[in-house]
Amino acid sequence: MSTEMRADPGLYDYALRPPRLPDPPKPENDHLPIDIEVRVGMYEMQQLIRQTEKRAHDLFLQNLVKGTTHLSLGMEAIATGFARAMRPDDYTFATYRGHAHTIARGADIKKVLAELLGRETGLLKGKGGSMHLTDVEHGMMGSYAIIGAHLCIANGAAWSSQMRGTGQVTVCFFGDGTTNIGAFHEAVNFAALWKLPVVFVCENNLYMEYTPIDLVTPVEHPAADRASAYGLEAVLIDGNDADEVYVTAEEAISRARRGEGPTLVEAVTYRQGGHSRADPGKYRPSEELQAWLDKDPIKLYHQRLLRLGVPESRLTEIAQDVARRVDEATEFAKASPRPGPEHLLTDVWADGGSEWRN
Amino acid sequence: MPRMRMNQAIAQAIADEMRSDPTVVVFGEDVAEAGGPFKTTDGLLIEFGPNRVRDTPISEMGFLGAAVGAAATGLRPVVEIMFIEFLGVALDQLVTQGSKFRYLSAGKVTVPMTIRASVGAGLGFAAQHSQTLESWMLASPGLKVASASGAENAYGLLRSAIQDEDPVVFLEPRRLYAVRGDVKVGSNAAIPLGQARIVRSGEDVTIVAFGSTVRVAVDAAEQAEFSAEIIDLQTLVPWDRQAVLESVARTKRLVIVEENPYSFGWGTEIATKVASELFGDLEAPVLRVTTPDVPVPFGKALEERFLPSTSYLLAQTRYLLETGTLPRPWWEGGPT
Ligand SMILES: Cc1ncc(C[n+]2csc(CCOP(=O)(O)OP(=O)(O)O)c2C)c(N)n1
Ligand SMILES: [Mg+2]
Repeated sequence: MSTEMRADPGLYDYALRPPRLPDPPKPENDHLPIDIEVRVGMYEMQQLIRQTEKRAHDLFLQNLVKGTTHLSLGMEAIATGFARAMRPDDYTFATYRGHAHTIARGADIKKVLAELLGRETGLLKGKGGSMHLTDVEHGMMGSYAIIGAHLCIANGAAWSSQMRGTGQVTVCFFGDGTTNIGAFHEAVNFAALWKLPVVFVCENNLYMEYTPIDLVTPVEHPAADRASAYGLEAVLIDGNDADEVYVTAEEAISRARRGEGPTLVEAVTYRQGGHSRADPGKYRPSEELQAWLDKDPIKLYHQRLLRLGVPESRLTEIAQDVARRVDEATEFAKASPRPGPEHLLTDVWADGGSEWRN
Repeated sequence: MPRMRMNQAIAQAIADEMRSDPTVVVFGEDVAEAGGPFKTTDGLLIEFGPNRVRDTPISEMGFLGAAVGAAATGLRPVVEIMFIEFLGVALDQLVTQGSKFRYLSAGKVTVPMTIRASVGAGLGFAAQHSQTLESWMLASPGLKVASASGAENAYGLLRSAIQDEDPVVFLEPRRLYAVRGDVKVGSNAAIPLGQARIVRSGEDVTIVAFGSTVRVAVDAAEQAEFSAEIIDLQTLVPWDRQAVLESVARTKRLVIVEENPYSFGWGTEIATKVASELFGDLEAPVLRVTTPDVPVPFGKALEERFLPSTSYLLAQTRYLLETGTLPRPWWEGGPT
């Protein structure tokens, strides 16, 4: 038995497994009916996410960011396309891989970087950190670090807006690995049953932490193939094409707003780095990594905008302007004070800090 | 004061909150049409309709999570966990999600939800449906934990729990559901969380009880030749340190009676605080009367032996008062 297993070296070194290559980009998506200024805006947003996250990584290497970070490098199109299709009062729920979603909803990157550095000016006064970015003023209802939990919570927010009749829609992002925990199944069942105004978005980056998703999942498409179990349609899209994401998001969100219930979207993508900052991602076949780097969402979008007649100089200006903003935000964060011990005891109970316990 | 069973007091508290606050919603397994397995939500569906009173699938994680999200965005959910054990499959939503939302939103979001659960032994439900398990929730800053000790305070405490801006776990000793009591009702009848109740005053010893053990303590005090002051904590998080310390400062002796295992039970916290603060004033060691460290047995005789009974509490307290030394628990050969 054991010798037989060793006959498949891919089980002992995942990098030796056959690569999972991306579908080719879709030039036909150039013709999706999306206003050119919306597209330029999405280009800018992807740049903003990419450059902020790269800076976060640099700050990490300078030992200024403690703990861990989970980057969305290569996955920016999903956060961008969805956020663009959302109303300002819609709700976002994300995972510990949540920088992109926080920024896409309009959070100030100064406060984002300050939070990563644990400063008082951060989104959560330095008490949440990279895994918990939250900005309720922008509808960003939290980054959750227990797999699956927030799908259940997102349902509650969706139900609440349904009850209050506000027309708000909740969009909840999670990974491929999350489709194997019970919370996913309870939540999708619940949302379908109560016809909740929620959109579940599986960002399928082909890996959980270090294990390829196909080794631990009995179906090819971890979210889409399970949709029918809950009476939902399978929606499988190219997560590296912001335009495809955007039109999918528009449709799913308007369905939800019309009261027609939830949608489960699987957006196929790839994380260009490791799972977290501690992970060099050596378990990935190099051919696979290269193919996905070639399908970089920003690079492809850049080419699309050129094809659509946006001058190269305008795109360069955008990228430079973003770089300047990221530099400014970095300076702001570095110059910000660390929170004093008085902050340690607050924000626990609604009627006070720990001193409330008489 | 109307006289009613504890489950009726609970249903009435929820109904009164639903009348005064349209954001209060109720959901859980079998709570709507059936009125709850213990009839604690009886009549709510008829009066408030299926939007506000809903039956859920068997998805504790799913519906507890929905309560967190709903509470964070403008509703005031009251959810029922049929037996506290079922919280095990959903504990994350309580101790890691609901209780941390406020903290992880820089204080901008509150989570006003109430999780009601039936607890405790005494009805022959055996090892997986008879625990109290409050220790699961005590060390989770952001949560509050309260318990009814009968119809009398179930109404008032539950109204406060529902009105509270934080997640509150409200425990209901299952064996008291059918017991009647005189219940003060109405909006002035809310009992503040965090406040203990002196059920009976006394001179010689303070007996601190919670939930199901309050009755045990009161019965013991009525039969005793000594004078016992009985404190019903009502809320465990936060517990009323002041009330307990003031009482023990007078009586100089403390007995804690708990329906939970001896090791790591909630009484250890009370004992530590009192022993530290009143060190030197105490005339006897702090005594904890608990269950042994074993699962809840099924058979009636064993279950009765397992639970701290009135006669056992009396025998233990009597020994403490007479000798000034600590009695062994019965399972180590102590007085019973
Ligand atoms: C309940 C639970 N189990 C395990 C973990 C540890 N963990 C953190 S991220 C992760 C992988 C998740 O993979 P996926 O859902 O694909 O998301 P991705 O990181 O790829 O975005 C695991 C196992 C956790 N945080 N929570
Ligand atoms: Mg993944």
